Amino acid sequence: MTTLPAVSARRRFTDRFMRSLTLVLTLVAIVPLVLIIYYLIKEGLGAWSVDFFTTDPTGRFLGNPGGIKSAILGTIVMVALASVIAIPIGIGVALYLVEFGKQGPFAKVVRYFVDVMTGVPSVVFGLFIYIVLVVSQIGGTFAAWKGSVALALLMLPIVVRSSEVVLNLVPDSLREGALALGAPRWRVIFRVVIPSALAGLVTGSLLAVARAAGETAPLLFTAAFVLGTQFDLSQRMNSLPLQIFNDVGQAQDRLVQRAWGAALTLVVLVLILSLVARLVQRRSRLA
Amino acid sequence: MMEAGTLTPRTGRSTLERSGRARAADPILRWTLKALAALILVLIAFFFVRLFIEAKPAFDKFGYIGFVFNNNWDVSRDTFGAWPLVVGTLLTSAIALIIGVPIAIATALYITELAPRRGRQPLTILVELLAAVPSVVYGLWGIFVLAPKLKPAEQWFSDTFSFLPLVGGPVSIPNCFIAGLIMAIMILPIVSAISREVMATVPSENKEAALALGATRWEMIRMAVLPYSRAGISGAAMLGLGRAIGETIAVTIVIGNAPNVPETIFSQGYTLAAVIANEFGEAASDPTHRAALIAAGLVLFVLTLIINAIARSYVNRAQRGERTVPQGMAG
Amino acid sequence: MNPEDVTSPPSAPGGAAPDPVTPKAETRRLEVGGARDEAAPIVQGHAVTLRGLNAYYGDTHAVRDVDLDYAANRVTAMIGPSGCGKSTLVRCINRMHEEIPGARATGEVNLDDLDLYSDGVDVVSVRRAVGMVFQKPNPFPTMSIYDNVAAGIRLSGTRGVNIKERVETSLQGAGLWEEVKDRLGQPGIGLSGGQQQRLCIARTIAVEPEVILMDEPASALDPISTLKIEELILELKRRYTIVLVTHNMQQAARVADTTAFMLNGELVEHASTEKIFSNPDDERTEQYVTGKFG
Repeated sequence: MTTLPAVSARRRFTDRFMRSLTLVLTLVAIVPLVLIIYYLIKEGLGAWSVDFFTTDPTGRFLGNPGGIKSAILGTIVMVALASVIAIPIGIGVALYLVEFGKQGPFAKVVRYFVDVMTGVPSVVFGLFIYIVLVVSQIGGTFAAWKGSVALALLMLPIVVRSSEVVLNLVPDSLREGALALGAPRWRVIFRVVIPSALAGLVTGSLLAVARAAGETAPLLFTAAFVLGTQFDLSQRMNSLPLQIFNDVGQAQDRLVQRAWGAALTLVVLVLILSLVARLVQRRSRLA
Repeated sequence: MMEAGTLTPRTGRSTLERSGRARAADPILRWTLKALAALILVLIAFFFVRLFIEAKPAFDKFGYIGFVFNNNWDVSRDTFGAWPLVVGTLLTSAIALIIGVPIAIATALYITELAPRRGRQPLTILVELLAAVPSVVYGLWGIFVLAPKLKPAEQWFSDTFSFLPLVGGPVSIPNCFIAGLIMAIMILPIVSAISREVMATVPSENKEAALALGATRWEMIRMAVLPYSRAGISGAAMLGLGRAIGETIAVTIVIGNAPNVPETIFSQGYTLAAVIANEFGEAASDPTHRAALIAAGLVLFVLTLIINAIARSYVNRAQRGERTVPQGMAG
Repeated sequence: MNPEDVTSPPSAPGGAAPDPVTPKAETRRLEVGGARDEAAPIVQGHAVTLRGLNAYYGDTHAVRDVDLDYAANRVTAMIGPSGCGKSTLVRCINRMHEEIPGARATGEVNLDDLDLYSDGVDVVSVRRAVGMVFQKPNPFPTMSIYDNVAAGIRLSGTRGVNIKERVETSLQGAGLWEEVKDRLGQPGIGLSGGQQQRLCIARTIAVEPEVILMDEPASALDPISTLKIEELILELKRRYTIVLVTHNMQQAARVADTTAFMLNGELVEHASTEKIFSNPDDERTEQYVTGKFG
């Protein structure tokens, strides 16, 4: 009877062991996610109530701490403003890189520095805006619009990067076809390139928005903290991350519970944005 | 789109010429977009310059070397030597890398090489979701759930392994280890994602060659996947490091913010990023303090720039398939 | 290649003494002798027989009920148009086919009297006994020439094996020793295409397989390297049983003892190379070898 060369027990063991180990470690990586979601729901859901969403924080340690109305509204307002700044500029830069700059030296430098920007810690962005806009007392000290500018700086490289990828996916044949028909460059971009890349651009922008909504550090030094709801952009404005950050620092049960409720709200918000982004992406693929 | 064919040879303009206005719009668009792109360069330069100017008073007062290496961050006495912050930053980042990188590599390996095809998407999404959780929520969960729950285990570890450097003695609830652990979780998605990308570029013919020689699945990974991915994984780890040292809010919540060089990994500590977030409020009125915080920010900025530049060069080289591994290395 | 060149006692390239001879098989001469069947085997080879082999990619039936015998110490060529299943069939012999997601095979693949598909047979062992050389040379890019050849040996523990010796023997057996003996530490991918392929052959024979499968080993190479590989095959068959997939009919004619023609997953005809190319039984074979299709 012919026999084949044997596989030693040691080899078999190593193979099975390492394969199990990678599986175990992968599960270990997911455990924190599960735990966080679990505790968010367990501790945060209890804080949710109609009052929670419709009243402002009162700033009192004892008695009724109030809700998070100003925080939610503040986040929405400031992130919206940041998006209005960052998304057009970001897509514009990406358009430049893809349609005009391509592999030229200037474009390469720009790309490099966009990459640099993605690595900058968000606290440094906040610090920078603090120096340039707050300390210098341009338009008062802390202001919501300054917070938006800081967030916009954060969003910019994300939007540029993802938009560039998406715009590069538009086949050249589409562009050439339109150009061959005599259309000027700008028409080709606005009528052909952008519409076909639209889903991807939206996805990338939504993900940047989701990121900005969760950021605390940039707002610490710029929009700062305030209790009441107000829509004056030149004044301080509250935000969800800052509200949570503040409440975490207090050793008071009801405040901590409010922090959990606010955290759950924030995570739900971020997840909805991410989900919509992915849905847009998937729908465009099916189209 | 185009004006319908108007053959008007008499006017001296062929139909191939666009109208004057349309022609002008192209360069306008081009220059507008180019200006936006240039804006980024201007911004970064401005960044650096302004940060430096504002930080300069601190460097003037304490010296560049002095600021970074003096061990006395004392707000009350208006002296600022950032050494405790630097040590805290390095210590927590080291913990983050030691815990986070192997796990990230394992998940990348599992997802690309070992998981059943149907499991790949869901697993990838789950790991990516870790990145969606805001930093402040990690801090909240870290200080109220993780830290208290881990304290008994930490105390046991501290007592059993007290012969190790940096281990032993009492365990405080906010401490450097928890900060490093949270950082590890936060860098998992990016290190895993880039490692996955790099592993996916391993030529299948090398994997086939290994299997055809009679290698087990793990041996194939050791022979064909890991050596090929080495440079890219190093780059991924460095990118993770860059993220870790810049992490601010989660850290300041769980590290205790004590401006001393930590004695053990279970002591309280402080980092460059955390000090900025924590103290800027009280620094508003004190120019020296403020300059010191900005100087800390500048040091942080420069550190991340360097780390990210090195990381990117590794990852780019790996993705372009250039060989950076020395000869004579067995799989 | 001249018949005369092969009948003289062959020495391994590089001038090393031939290995001690294990029981010689009779050198059977085929009906119309050619260059290929002159040399006597050095190592008694093993025969591979396929019985009722079927292979699938999901629902696609790629290999249909094939019965085929590969004689020991012989080169059998597998020819046929693209997509006929010859590569798939060959990959069933070393059980690489099942590595593709959704792919499976049924039937018997017997190495002498052992069915490689029977229960209890370890796939890893099968691949050690049945080596494979691929179409595109694929030395491990991070390893030196030496380490590439040693890679397979190191897998199963190196106790009792003198690796240096084995590497040298293998490189000689692949006809590469003289060219690389002074630069064994250099990266394997620094070699030319033809050299890389011979390196892969050295790597394959270093683990001392019984059978060597070659899937179009020279199709990515220049004519001179191709010729070198063909010479090598004729030398290698003295120790191993060789299955050669090729789309180059002249190559089959030069190198193979018997040739099998496949079409649409079926084995159409298997006979001596002479017969296949001059007087095949099946009309489809005749059409293919005269270039009427594929």
